[in-house]
Amino acid sequence: MSALHIKKGSTKHSAYNLRSTFSDVEETHTIAVLVENEPGVLARVIGLFSGRGYNIDSLTVAEVDHKGHLSRITIVTTGTPQVIEQIKAQLGRIVPVHEVHDLTAEGSSVERELALLKVSGVNDKRVEALRLADIFRAQVVDSTLESFVFQITGTPEKVDAFADLMRPLGLSEIARTGVAALARGL
Amino acid sequence: MTRQMTGAKMVVQALRDQGVDTVFGYPGGAVLPIYDEIFQQNHIQHILVRHEQAAVHAAEGYARSTGKPGVVLVTSGPGATNAVTGLTDALMDSIPLVVLTGQVPTFMIGSDAFQEADTVGITRPCTKHNWLVKDTAKLSATIHQAFHVAMAGRPGPVLVDIPKDVQFASADYQPKQKAPTGHYQPQVKGDMETITALVEAIENAASPVFYTGGGVINSGPAASQLLRELVEATGFPITSTLMGLGAYPASGKHWLGMLGMHGLYEANLAMHGCDLMINVGARFDDRITGRLDAFSPKSRKAHIDIDPSSINKVIRVDMPIIGDVGHVLEDILKVWKARGRKVNREGLQKWWARIEDWRKVDCLKFKPNEGTIRPQYALERLEALTKGRDRYITTEVGQHQMWAAQYLGFEDPNRWMTSGGLGTMGYGFPASIGAQVAHPESLVINVAGEASWLMNMQEMGTAIQFNLPVKQFILNNERLGMVRQWQELLHGQRYSHSWSEALPDFVKLAEAFGAKGIQCKDPADLDDAILEMLNYDGPVIFDCLVEKHENCFPMIPSGEPHNKMLLGEAKTKDAIGSKGAVMV
Repeated sequence: MSALHIKKGSTKHSAYNLRSTFSDVEETHTIAVLVENEPGVLARVIGLFSGRGYNIDSLTVAEVDHKGHLSRITIVTTGTPQVIEQIKAQLGRIVPVHEVHDLTAEGSSVERELALLKVSGVNDKRVEALRLADIFRAQVVDSTLESFVFQITGTPEKVDAFADLMRPLGLSEIARTGVAALARGL
Repeated sequence: MTRQMTGAKMVVQALRDQGVDTVFGYPGGAVLPIYDEIFQQNHIQHILVRHEQAAVHAAEGYARSTGKPGVVLVTSGPGATNAVTGLTDALMDSIPLVVLTGQVPTFMIGSDAFQEADTVGITRPCTKHNWLVKDTAKLSATIHQAFHVAMAGRPGPVLVDIPKDVQFASADYQPKQKAPTGHYQPQVKGDMETITALVEAIENAASPVFYTGGGVINSGPAASQLLRELVEATGFPITSTLMGLGAYPASGKHWLGMLGMHGLYEANLAMHGCDLMINVGARFDDRITGRLDAFSPKSRKAHIDIDPSSINKVIRVDMPIIGDVGHVLEDILKVWKARGRKVNREGLQKWWARIEDWRKVDCLKFKPNEGTIRPQYALERLEALTKGRDRYITTEVGQHQMWAAQYLGFEDPNRWMTSGGLGTMGYGFPASIGAQVAHPESLVINVAGEASWLMNMQEMGTAIQFNLPVKQFILNNERLGMVRQWQELLHGQRYSHSWSEALPDFVKLAEAFGAKGIQCKDPADLDDAILEMLNYDGPVIFDCLVEKHENCFPMIPSGEPHNKMLLGEAKTKDAIGSKGAVMV
């Protein structure tokens, strides 16, 4: 495979023809970018997205290799297949970028997000919130007589579903980390 | 053995280690220590420009005419912000530059200090990479890495921002050999399977065309040589973008001329009608493609480019080859020769017959005017009187730029410097200064329009001070010609602010600077006047008064495909539809 993951050996068609690269259908992809943790590197990545008009649905970043000063940026983005290919190629040419992986295209991956939700209420609503939290395996990490802070981890869809249920029960604040993702298997 | 020195000394030492002989710059408070070091040595010459933008364009002219990176030194704040246009220009045209900027001392960064600007923040989107060096111990290695990044892969401008206290402090100097280049090592060898697929296509194509660009020039003289060999051996026609002129000689028999919006009829129709398009180091720019859904509908396309992000950016290609043009062309030739040098002779013969028919249209034909100089005529005469000379041409941006590309012939790479991607008016004069500094004995001509030229006219001072005999060949139509042309075609001939009023007397202007001024308005006098310019040993402003309402043809109107070219005045009315009008 070449750097663009173009299938080799086809003389009549490129892999792009097979995948209909220039289709109008938007896809959501999770992209993991390994970067040198130098000043401004996050601004380069974000600037690329804003400058070229790409979407960022979610973004997380933290240093993952303290010795090698490498950070992992996980970006969830939406675009046509051509735009997704462009995003990867554009990310790849940023000088401090070491690796770009399209976790969505490269096989299955595990995606998790953590969220904290503050729910205030008394009586029935409070009991119901606690019961639903139990179903979603959310933990209570702070409590007063009129409020809870729940911690939930899971896919973004699960967090969405939980937040939707908490809304009528007194959801007052929510903080989400954005998606962290790893490819499954070795 | 390590050597202790100040940051300022390191800058000069690192430049010497990198083989730099010339720096274009302008001093200011935040670079005084570096200027002090420059004062105390004789290895690197410093060309003092009159405006930082011109320093960057001059460095571009130097880089494009030599193949070496251009180096710029400017101060913090306004020095850096004035460099932004030049940086963007170099980024769009993939020109290697190393720009060093002074910065307020580290302990004042963020305090809105005098002449402070967030230089790395401002220049992040207009450089290939940039660095703020906060520690003198890292300065020399950073400068060495900057040169590596500027030149490696697709070249481009880089910037190193150096706070004043870092210039004063001392640390160990890291020589070039020991400086790490980091992980940044772009792929230069193309994928052999795709190359073989392309060779197969070359063997079978009935109507092929080479579409070449600035990537061939950037890859170096060897790439141009290989391209010539491949074109001669296969007998395929070749066209080039504005950026790639000179890679294949204009006198070569397979040359179709430039393609694109103001390209030649035969070049654009060959692109439209071909069955195999081999893109060598070009990027399917919108000036080239015209309407995308009607771009070369019947061809299979190969694309050789060192930058993976160029592949499938606008046009889907069938054979993408990521690699350096020189390396890939070498492999193509090797494989093609090994497989028996086959081409589809019968198909090629018919193809060339069609091309000959298109050539007969003679799309650049014009009738010289008795009373006034037509710009095409001026360039035709300039070409005739300078042909075969050791000549470098730069241009500003507009009609004159397109006429220069159409009517001047380029036999070698690195001889033609023009702002292609960004279209920067004011580029040509400083670029001519950079080219002349690099080639003091050669003839350097800036083909200009009067409006563009005025944008950086202060550089007359630089030309005089450094005794640079640059020839400013101004096609003066007292109009922003290209803007005027678009207003005629698109905006009901309402010529909003597209004329040059209150123009200076260019002859007197030249004399005021201590240069020679020549004015010519009669076609009968033109040859003598051009010869007078060429024979004068020193900078010349040539004020060539030309026909004021000339339009630049051929032209592919915005929003139209290649086969809908306009050849002349007759068909221009309503040529651009409402969809095309929104495009530039």
